[in-house]
Amino acid sequence: MSRDRRFPDEVAGPFESPPRRFEDREGREIEIRAHDGSEREYEALASMYGEFDPADRAQGIPPSDDRRIREWLDNIFCDACLNVIAWDGDTAAGHATLVPDDDAHELAIFVLQEYQEAGIGTHLMEALLGHGAESGVGKVWLTVERWNQPAVGLYKKIGFEISDSESFEMEMAIRLTDGSDEGG
Amino acid sequence: MRILLGVGGSDDSLRALERTIERANEAGDDLTVAILDEGGTDRTVDDIEADVKEALDSGGIEADIRYVEGDPGSKLVDIAESEGFDRIALSGGTTSPMGKIQLGSTAEFVLLNSHVSVSLIR
Repeated sequence: MSRDRRFPDEVAGPFESPPRRFEDREGREIEIRAHDGSEREYEALASMYGEFDPADRAQGIPPSDDRRIREWLDNIFCDACLNVIAWDGDTAAGHATLVPDDDAHELAIFVLQEYQEAGIGTHLMEALLGHGAESGVGKVWLTVERWNQPAVGLYKKIGFEISDSESFEMEMAIRLTDGSDEGG
Repeated sequence: MRILLGVGGSDDSLRALERTIERANEAGDDLTVAILDEGGTDRTVDDIEADVKEALDSGGIEADIRYVEGDPGSKLVDIAESEGFDRIALSGGTTSPMGKIQLGSTAEFVLLNSHVSVSLIR
């Protein structure tokens, strides 16, 4: 799956790395932390994706049944992958992930329905990109359905630029460091 | 049913071929395999043909093999419509490192333009 991707020339950020705490627009105390590799966090995420509204799936993820959810989580919790999770107490409210791809990383972000439109997505994105930058990630890309204007707006606000609008899904990209990607 | 299956050089195309052969065996479909020159792969048309023949042999099924030159999407639609096929079958796309399904330009063109029913194989 290697093909030439375009990335902005200018470096975005800096982004503050996790952990970070804030009160969301619904008054909930949210904490964002990097994934600690524990079984407890894995199970909390499997539970979050089990409750995920199928209407909020994007290009087939998250999968809809428990077995496929766990296969997918195993894939995106690879050694070189980076994951941050938004917590409301012991409940996983959102999750953002960077998965290595040649000399860059692919990004995806998910916020559980009842926690959407509360400012959590912006914090999650910034925390993940901060975590990525401090871990040596230089270039990040994502795809988004072109009708999903709230998501496109969020990505633009963070500093993503449209890099390919000729496919079914729109591709957007951001540069975190001057050099090439040093791994994750 | 007369099926026209488009096969390019990617792994997902070969998976779609195996699934379509299984299905043809069960349903008694009349299968034609169209070898597409989609680019974006190291496999030559000869490599793809060898894979197709091997899959047909091991599936115990006979099928016409066609070579499609030029734009793969428009040629597939043209063949299916002008020669009375009942259905076009294609790989349902590749997946990104993240696991997101990505539809290729051939599938996109065929879905939007074909008047013959289309199956995306996953």
